[in-house]
Amino acid sequence: MFDILKARHHQGFRTIGWPDSPAVVPDRLRGRPVLDEAACRMGCRACLDACPVEALTWEGALRMDLGRCLFCGRCAEACPTGALRFGNDFRLATRRREDLVAGRDGPRLAAALDAEMLRVFGRSLQFRQVSAGGCNGCEVDINVLTTVVFDLGRFGLKIVASPRHADGLIVTGPVTENMRLAVGKTFEGVPPPRLVVAVGACAISGGPFRGHPEQHDGVGGLLPVDLYVPGCPPHPLTILDGLLRLIGRLPPETPSR
Amino acid sequence: MSGTCLLRNGRATTLGRVPRLAFDGFRARVLEAVGEGKRIAALFGLPAVAPGAGPLPVFAVLADDARGDLEVLSTEVGPRFQALTPDCPQAHLFERELAEQFGVVPEGHPWPRPVRFQPPLGGGRDGLPEAASRGTAGAGQSDPPLAGSPRGLPGVADFFRLEGEGVHEVAVGPVHAGVIEPGHFRFQCHGEDVFHLEISLGYQHRGIERALLGGPHPRTLFQVEAIAGDTTVGHTTAYAQIIETLRGWTVPPRAEALRAVGLELERLANHTGDLGALAGDVGFLPTSAFCGRIRGDFLNLSALLCGSRLGRGLVRPGGVGYDLDTEERLQKLITGLERGRADTRSAIQLLWETPGVMARFERTGTVSREACRALGLVGPAARACGAERDVRWNFPAGQYARSGVPPLPDPELRGGDVLARAVVRATEIENSLRFLLDLLARLPGGGVTGLAGGSGAAVGLETGTPLPPDMLAVSLVEGWRGEICHVAVTDARGTFARYKVVDPSFHNWIGLGMALRNQQISDFPLCNKSFNLSYCGFDL
Ligand code: SF4
Repeated sequence: MFDILKARHHQGFRTIGWPDSPAVVPDRLRGRPVLDEAACRMGCRACLDACPVEALTWEGALRMDLGRCLFCGRCAEACPTGALRFGNDFRLATRRREDLVAGRDGPRLAAALDAEMLRVFGRSLQFRQVSAGGCNGCEVDINVLTTVVFDLGRFGLKIVASPRHADGLIVTGPVTENMRLAVGKTFEGVPPPRLVVAVGACAISGGPFRGHPEQHDGVGGLLPVDLYVPGCPPHPLTILDGLLRLIGRLPPETPSR
Repeated sequence: MSGTCLLRNGRATTLGRVPRLAFDGFRARVLEAVGEGKRIAALFGLPAVAPGAGPLPVFAVLADDARGDLEVLSTEVGPRFQALTPDCPQAHLFERELAEQFGVVPEGHPWPRPVRFQPPLGGGRDGLPEAASRGTAGAGQSDPPLAGSPRGLPGVADFFRLEGEGVHEVAVGPVHAGVIEPGHFRFQCHGEDVFHLEISLGYQHRGIERALLGGPHPRTLFQVEAIAGDTTVGHTTAYAQIIETLRGWTVPPRAEALRAVGLELERLANHTGDLGALAGDVGFLPTSAFCGRIRGDFLNLSALLCGSRLGRGLVRPGGVGYDLDTEERLQKLITGLERGRADTRSAIQLLWETPGVMARFERTGTVSREACRALGLVGPAARACGAERDVRWNFPAGQYARSGVPPLPDPELRGGDVLARAVVRATEIENSLRFLLDLLARLPGGGVTGLAGGSGAAVGLETGTPLPPDMLAVSLVEGWRGEICHVAVTDARGTFARYKVVDPSFHNWIGLGMALRNQQISDFPLCNKSFNLSYCGFDL
């Protein structure tokens, strides 16, 4: 017992202060893209050609579909003028798929649920996680939310074992054909009203597997999605930020740092 | 034996040098080699490019742990062939995979079930079924979620069944409690005792091997990064070694060192997480909570290096994408590792001092040495059975050819149970930390990519021009779960006629099944965590 207490003392208190104090993120984190339109050569297409998942489009202005983006940074490397780069702002989650298609101003961050849903879920929201072809990358970064570092429970958020105890699903992976039925049944097992959160490029668009006949390009074609969290995988703070926005715990324009 | 093709890890040969034996000779040679102590690292078929291309070419890669070489041989099989499995259990899943991917029948295979419930990889050969195309339009976005799948599913197939009084069956999955990937487990029980566990996977199948055909494509590296997201550095290093040997690129020493940093950080994070999960499964919360957090600390060190907690973007053909560019970054990494050492020691020591933990770990889920050898288990699961099997020792490449990883304790102390798998992980955490701290104290200087123009120059280069035609390359990496094996075969146009991926989990899932025999079903979670295998790496 004494040894346990000694170890406890050694390990210290390690829960992060965010959102009450600024978050510490790695300086090389490839977060929200920053586009300097003045420096852009306008249509040189170097970034478009570098992208492995066709996330960038050019129609008079550069737009990046963060739902497809793997945050690999190849486009920024390819840019001859440095007009495109990745900042380390981790806030990226949106309520609508189209809000992920971002221009200079970045994605439109998620708004809170409506008043009635907030009354039901605002103080306690429990999710069942379903991996449907996920590579265990998104799953790793969801799992850490339950550690003492992020301490999901302090926000009234919880990951539960049974869909019947859950208020919604967190889906990862492109939804493989072999998991389609299980995803549908798990959703059916959640009593309504229920939410669906798509975490990661795969769950939003199929990610690097988009177009493969063995999968369904994400969960959006099968279930109604309430929150999109982009990234490959998203940083845990990106996921937490999205969930907190959903339940109205963050003022709409909170600076991240 | 004359005409033998022996390769070192990370080397290539022309296809002409790979012996093509008649099937009987091939079968005999594989059995003989495995009898002499070699292992089947890979056994795979080559899809047809055009219909009517003749019988199915099959390649085998046999690993000799003692001599550190890889024997490559090939044969051709018709629609039916005599299965190797009855004489060589290591072949069991490889032959099931051949059957599923190419429609051939391994006659006499004791359990010829599908492996992943995937569509055929390539047919069109004489006498073999056509590859079933499911179209390329995203398999129909409007499929209703509750309609069944046309090809059957891993959880709704035939299972091995025990009959008799008091015998019952327990089915678990695909969706499990916890944030974990899907798989189906079917237990044959008598009361609380498990007589047999059958593991049926394929839920994560997303068509990776099919997509790799004809590559490298612009997306190839990114799909390799997502073969198993918790093993990004392991799989991308294996891929990079393939491309580098085929293209004749030299990787600078500093880049090789940084790959080793990434690979060992991956091992540290996952081994630490596994020990925490083992503690959690026996209800010992202090170590569970500490290790859960320390795992994240190690992931953050990966992010310090390359911006991604999972090592995305670190390894690229030709070198690495990120350098330890400043003294400050290097010092942060060293300090983080030192802190990780103090923290893991304090958290893990509690396990050995807690009688309740030891009582649950000891003699639970034992895998015998004989089963380990016969099934060709790899990684910590094999080392826990006393095997001296580690790519870093047996087939060293890159940094590991320069500086070694410390050995494990006496094999006699590794008894194949949950405790042994925990002790092996704990020792490997210490060893990786020592290896890394030594390495960082004398990190080679110089650049981090062998390609002109810096790391950005690799964009496009790795995929833009064809590879040398008609070659075969083999690459092994010791990922944290064990041996990762990639084999590439190029065609006459210099594209991948086949890119075979063997995740360590492919060898080891059967080990979990063996560990469960004659155990209490309530020990399943503990045994499962002690292996912690990959679903997506298996399902591909
Ligand atoms: S960072 Fe995103 S948009 Fe840029 S190249 Fe990579 S996947 Fe494409």
